Amino acid sequence: MEEFTSESALKWCDNLAEIYQQKKDELTELDRQIGDADHGLNMARGFTTVAGKVNGMANQDIGTIFRTVAMTLISTVGGASGPLYGSFFLQMAGKAIGKKSLTTNELSDLLQAGLQGVIMRGKAVVGDKTMIDALSPAVRAMEENKEKGLQEALNEAAKSARQGAESTIPVIAKKGRASYLGERSKGHEDPGAESTALLFEQLAKSVVI
Amino acid sequence: MKKFINNPANVVVESMEGLELAHPDLVKAFYSPNYMVRKDAPVMGKVAIVSGGGSGHEPMHTGYIGRGMLDAACPGEIFTSPTPDQIYEAAKKVHSGAGVLLIVKNYTGDVMNFDMAADLLKADGIEVEQVLIDDDVAVQDSLYTAGRRGVGATILAEKITGAAAETGMGLKELADLCRQVNANARSMGVALTPCTVPAVGKPSFDLPDDEYELGIGIHGEPGRQQLKMEPADRIVERMMEPVLEDLPFKADDEVLLFVNGMGGTPILELYIVYRKAYEIATRKGLKVSRNLVGTYMTSLDMAGASVTLLKVEGRMREFWDAPVQTAGLRWGI
Repeated sequence: MEEFTSESALKWCDNLAEIYQQKKDELTELDRQIGDADHGLNMARGFTTVAGKVNGMANQDIGTIFRTVAMTLISTVGGASGPLYGSFFLQMAGKAIGKKSLTTNELSDLLQAGLQGVIMRGKAVVGDKTMIDALSPAVRAMEENKEKGLQEALNEAAKSARQGAESTIPVIAKKGRASYLGERSKGHEDPGAESTALLFEQLAKSVVI
Repeated sequence: MKKFINNPANVVVESMEGLELAHPDLVKAFYSPNYMVRKDAPVMGKVAIVSGGGSGHEPMHTGYIGRGMLDAACPGEIFTSPTPDQIYEAAKKVHSGAGVLLIVKNYTGDVMNFDMAADLLKADGIEVEQVLIDDDVAVQDSLYTAGRRGVGATILAEKITGAAAETGMGLKELADLCRQVNANARSMGVALTPCTVPAVGKPSFDLPDDEYELGIGIHGEPGRQQLKMEPADRIVERMMEPVLEDLPFKADDEVLLFVNGMGGTPILELYIVYRKAYEIATRKGLKVSRNLVGTYMTSLDMAGASVTLLKVEGRMREFWDAPVQTAGLRWGI
């Protein structure tokens, strides 16, 4: 039976540092269209710091690792993304205290808690053109596919996150800085939904067997 | 892009270092987390006023630290709100026991980070009041957006509450005064050019040479509408109309008229803007008793301007006139 281990958590962090560094300009360009042109920079700075901080924590429990990720994001990312992604990892950490390995079912519960943390902090709902549009369907897909095993469920979650991010393109933003644009926010993908899709795609590549 | 930049990653810290070197009598800088405080903080018996926001709006906020204005300011990365640890540490450093007033511009990130900092301060038993500034009339559907942005009224609120705090006014009363200033103020801005975030290296939005953006914020985000370029007086009319209608301002209201440059517009042009804004205000019967014209809240190198009207009531004029000694605003000393 595949499980999500502390090692997987560290691999996820490393993958994220790499992908946000790689996609920095792309995310910033999305943000330039409807925001303030800093999302890629902020995510890259945050997760590069995260990767450094969690390096060597392979013997720690997943709760401790995710708590470190949360506190690092909150203190290095700034903007709305810091508190939002910080809350996501902080709520997940709360469900993984003392655990060095999680079943598919448990990881699904963690992601659900993370989603609730983001909703509590950002007060956005699906359709507002925010990260919730990718996060919410991803968490649902994880829940619906958890009987298929860890890797398959994560693949489905990643697929749903990607579709969710794409679904933000024709929508008028109702939260965040893009909301000031009204009609003009149509036709652009939400940068936060894109960074969330990347987060789930990398999660699906983090299972260590 | 030609800029006075050594390394885009260091602009915030190097600018803080320069500000401290230029005004060692006024401010003291702290790093990791980054914040600046009044040289003589904490001032015993006085409510500590703390503000902050993304960098790139200088002189706001670090330029307004000093007697009669802010006790501390937390500069975030360019156009990125400061983090909770910065705000928490800054407030702890200037808190004298009389409570902390946090003046927050209404942007999604700023609100979340200041909320988290306020929670941390309250957990330490410190009395905290937060006031959100949201004076930008360019944002119309407040219910369906993140709400109106905080722009020009921020400077007026910081000056007026800063002076009131010096008189020993208590935290609750001070927060109410700050909310009243915000409630009485309305602003509107235009951009003639976008701005360039140092680490991005290209303009924050695309604007054809013969067009301008009406209804911008202060983060280089595009406005609500792009219009063909037209004479200054017509642009000022387009800014003043929604401002006047919104409060609404009425004949015989005493007002403060604030014309602000966005960073790349010469003072020469700001007075041309003021000239027309003053004419429109007085034609409507408003009594312009005070004014402020200059570059006080910027969007990096953006060319553009904003107008803010404040309906002056109660003790606001007295607190406006009171002495202030900061890098960005100084009189009566």
